[in-house]
Amino acid sequence: MIDTAVQVVLLLVMPPLLLGVITKTKAAIAGRVGAPLLQPYHDIIKLLRKGSVLSRTTTWVFLAGPAVTCAAVLLAGLLVPMGGQPAPIRFAGDLILFAYLLALGRFFTTIAALDTGSSFEGMGAAREVTFACLAEPALFFGLLALARLTEGLSLSAFFGPGVASAWVDAAPSMVLVLAGLFIVLLAENSRIPFDDPNTHLELTMIHEVMVLDHGGPALGTVLYGAAVKLFVLSSLVARLAVPMETGQPLLRWPVFIASVLMVAVVIGLVESTMARLRLLHVPNLLVGACLLTGFGFILLLGSPR
Amino acid sequence: MRPIELILVAAALQACSGLPGLLGTGPSRWGERTAAAMFALAAALGMLGVLLPADGTDTPLSASWGLPGGDLAVAIDPVSRAFLLPVLLIPALGAVYGLGYWRQADHPTNGRKLRVFYGLMPAAMTVVVLAQNGIVFLMAWEVMAIAGFFLVSTEDDQRASREAAWVYFIAAHLGTLCLFGMFAVLHSAAGSFDFDAIAASRMAPPLTTAAFLLGLMGFGIKAGLMPLHVWLPGAHANAPSHVSAVLSGVMLKMGIYGLVRMTSLLPAPPTWWGGALLALGAVSAILGLVFAMAQHDLKRLLAYSSIENVGVITIGLGLALLGRSTGNPAWAVLGLGGAILHVWNHSLFKPLLFFGAGSILHGAGTRQIDHLGGLSRRMPRTAGLFLVGCVAICALPPLNGFASELLIYLGLLGTLDGQGGLPSAAAVVPVLALAGGLAAVAFAKLFGTAFLGEPRTETARHAHESPLAMILPMSVLAALCVAVGAFAAVLAPLLDRAIAGWWSAVGTQVPSVVEVSPLRWLPLTSAAIFLVSGVAIVALRRAMRTTAIRPGTWDCGYAEPSPRMQYTGSSFSQFAGSLFSWALLPRVDAPRIRGLFPPTGRFRSEVPDAVLDRMVLPSARLATHFLRWARVLQRGKIQIYMLYVLLTVLALFVSTFVL
Repeated sequence: MIDTAVQVVLLLVMPPLLLGVITKTKAAIAGRVGAPLLQPYHDIIKLLRKGSVLSRTTTWVFLAGPAVTCAAVLLAGLLVPMGGQPAPIRFAGDLILFAYLLALGRFFTTIAALDTGSSFEGMGAAREVTFACLAEPALFFGLLALARLTEGLSLSAFFGPGVASAWVDAAPSMVLVLAGLFIVLLAENSRIPFDDPNTHLELTMIHEVMVLDHGGPALGTVLYGAAVKLFVLSSLVARLAVPMETGQPLLRWPVFIASVLMVAVVIGLVESTMARLRLLHVPNLLVGACLLTGFGFILLLGSPR
Repeated sequence: MRPIELILVAAALQACSGLPGLLGTGPSRWGERTAAAMFALAAALGMLGVLLPADGTDTPLSASWGLPGGDLAVAIDPVSRAFLLPVLLIPALGAVYGLGYWRQADHPTNGRKLRVFYGLMPAAMTVVVLAQNGIVFLMAWEVMAIAGFFLVSTEDDQRASREAAWVYFIAAHLGTLCLFGMFAVLHSAAGSFDFDAIAASRMAPPLTTAAFLLGLMGFGIKAGLMPLHVWLPGAHANAPSHVSAVLSGVMLKMGIYGLVRMTSLLPAPPTWWGGALLALGAVSAILGLVFAMAQHDLKRLLAYSSIENVGVITIGLGLALLGRSTGNPAWAVLGLGGAILHVWNHSLFKPLLFFGAGSILHGAGTRQIDHLGGLSRRMPRTAGLFLVGCVAICALPPLNGFASELLIYLGLLGTLDGQGGLPSAAAVVPVLALAGGLAAVAFAKLFGTAFLGEPRTETARHAHESPLAMILPMSVLAALCVAVGAFAAVLAPLLDRAIAGWWSAVGTQVPSVVEVSPLRWLPLTSAAIFLVSGVAIVALRRAMRTTAIRPGTWDCGYAEPSPRMQYTGSSFSQFAGSLFSWALLPRVDAPRIRGLFPPTGRFRSEVPDAVLDRMVLPSARLATHFLRWARVLQRGKIQIYMLYVLLTVLALFVSTFVL
C-alpha cells in the first residue's frame, strides 16, 4: 500500500526532474553552469498559468491531443514496476496495454498536430508515426526476450526479481536487450540522436514541431506528458541496468530514484557527445535497435526456459 | 420456436426484403422502408435465436430433397452462433443506413435491384453458416457470391464498377472451384457430404493435406488473404458504401468461417498447417496496411485495411491450430477466442468506417482523401463517430480492437512457454506490433486529412452533415465498439462454447477465455482511460477558456498561406511508404525541373496492386494472347454452353462405364 502511494507520488512529481538532470549534465559537459535542476517545474507551472492563443483552424481535437496523451502515459506509469516492487496494476498481458497506451497517446498527439492544418506539424506527425512503426517491433522483441528469461507475462514479472538472475543466466542477451531498449527510449522521447529537443520551432524534426501551435496550459500539459513518458521508459531501462535487490524496504526507493537519475545522466552524456542524425538515417538506427533486441531474443531460443 | 427455426425465419425475411419494393413504381419510399423494417425484424428474431440457450433442441433440421449428395440439413451449433451475430446485425444497420444513403428517389434506376440482392446476400450467408452438408453449403455459397456480384456492379453504368465486379466474379468462382475440389476430396474419404460423416471418418494425411490446401485457397480468396486478395480492393471501393460495409464486415468473415469449420472437421492437424496460417496472416497484416496507407482513395484504404484485419484473425486461427497440433488447449482458447472476438470487432468498426466513408461521399462528393479537409467542422457527428472507428481499428485501448488483439498477443506470448516447444511462433508478436504502428499511420492520415485542417477544395468547403438515418447506425456501432472494449468478458460464454465445439477432442478440459486472459481487467482499464482523459480534457478546456484571440495557424511569417499548402495525406504517408517501397513499387509521374524558371509541371503517383496489377492482369493478357484459338469454342450463345455441359456429363457417364 505504502509502496503504491510512493509510486503514484513519484510518477506525478518526479518526471520534470529528469529533464532538469539532462540539461544540467549537458551544461556540465559543456563547461557551463546551466539552468537550475528544478527549472522544468517552474516552466510547466508558468505555462499552466499563462493565457493562450488558439488557431481558428483547430477543433476540440487540438486540446484532446495533450490531454489524452498525458492521461495515457500516466496510466502506463501505473503498469510499470518501480523500486523492484510489483506495479499497482498488473495482470498477464499488461505489457500489451502498456505499449498500446503509449500508442494511444501518440495517435492523439498526431491528430492534434494535423488539426492545425500546418505543414510543419504535418511533417512532424508523419515522422512520429513512421518512427513508431520501427520502434514498436524493437520494444516487443526486447519484451519477448525478457518473457523468455522470467516467469510470467506481465511487466512486473519481466522487470521484477527475475532480472538479476537473467543477467547471470544470459548476460549477452541482456546486454543486447538493454542497448535496444535504450535506443527505443531515446526514439520514443525524441532525444538526440533522433531529434534535438533544444532546437525550437521549425528547426526541430519530430516532437517539438508537432506542438508548435500549442501554447499556455496546453503546452504545459504537453511538456509534462513528455516528461512522464521519459520517466516511465527510463524506469524500465533503469531496472534492467541496476537489478539490485536491497532487501531493505527503506533502501528500495532511494536505489530506484538514483538509478532513474543515472539513466537521465546517461541520456545527457549521449546528447553531449552526439549530434542529431540526418532524418533519412534515423530509420537505420531504429532497424538496428530491432536487430539488437531481435538477436537478444534469438540467442535465447536454443536454451530451455 | 426453436432457435434454428427463428433463424431460418430471419433468413427468409432477409431474402424477401427487397421483393415488396419491386411492386411499387415511382419514387415512393415505402419499398425501402419495408425492406429496412423486415431487416430489423429479421435481426431481432435471429438474435433471439442465437442468444437463446442451447437446451438440447439444437438437433439438425433435415429434409430429403431428391438431390444426390445428401439431405437438406441445417443446424445451429456454437461455431455458427458466433458467426451469425455479424450476419444478422450488420446488414440490418446497413439497410437503415441505406434509407438515407441510397434513397430510391436519388437512384431510381438501380435502387430496387440493389435492395433485392442486398436482401439475398445476408440470407445466403445465414444458410452458409447453418449448412451441415457440403451441397447445401456450396449452393448457399454460390448464391452469396452471385448476389455479391450484382451488389458490386450496382452502378453498372460506371466502368470502374463493372471492372471491379468482373474481377470479383472471376475470383469468387476460382474460390468456389477450389471448394468443389475440397468437398470432392472430403467425399472420397468419408463417402458423404454430411459434415457429421466427414468429422467421423478418420482421414489419412494425403487426403487431409489436399483438403486443407484446397480449402485454404478457396476460403482464403473469400477472406481476402494476401496474395489471394485481388478482388477485394476494387469491389469494396466501387460498391455503394453500405454494401462495402457488409462485404467487409460480414462476407469476408464467411471465408474465416469456412477455415474454422474446415479445420474442425479435419483430424490431427500437423504443425505446418498452423505455421502456414501464421505466415499468411503475418504477410496479410503487414502488406495489407502498407498498401492501405499508400492509397489516395478513402474506400480503397479501408478495403486494404480489411486485409490486415483478416490477417490478424488468421494469425489467431493459426495459433489455435498449433494448439491443437501440440495439445495445448490454452493456445487454442486464446488464438480462436481472439480470432472470433476480432471477427466481431472488425464487423463493428469496419462497417462504422465504411458508413463514415459513405457519409463523406454523400456530404462532400469525393472519395479522394487529398481533396477533403476540415470536415469535422461541417460534419461534426460523422467526425466524432469516425474517430471512434479509427481508434478502434488501430487496436488502441479502451476500444474493442484492443480486446481481441490482446488475446492474440497473449496467446502468442504463451508459446514461449517450454511446453509444446514452439517458441518461434512468438516471432509473430513483433509483426503484430509493426502492424499496429502502420495502422496508426494509415488512420491518422485518413482522419487527419479528411476531417482536420482546412478544406482543400470547394466541395469539401461546402460539405453537409448526413441525415439521421445514416448517423443512427453509426452511433449504434460506435456505442458497441466502446461497450465491447470494456465488457468483452460478457461475450466469453459464447466464445467458450465456440472454442469447445471447435476443439471437440474428447477428454481434454478446455479452459474458459476469462480464466486464461485478462478480459476481466478491461472494465477497470477502460474506465480509467475514459475517466483520466475526460478529466484532463475538461481541465485543459477550463484552463484555456480565457483565450480570446483566434488567429490563423502559425505560418512561420509567411503572409498568405492557402489551404492547398497543407500537408496532404499522400505526403503524410510518403515517409513510412518509402520504407516499404520494395513492396509498393509506386508509379510516379514527376516533371523534371530544369533551369531557373521551369514550366508548369504535373505530378502524379499511384500505387498499383502488387498482385492484381503486376501479376494477374499481365499474365491474363498473355494467356488471352496465346489462347486465341480457344475462342472457337466461345460462341456467346447459351444453348451452345448447355450443349457443352450435356456433353461433359455424358463423357463422364461413359467414362465410369469404361474405367
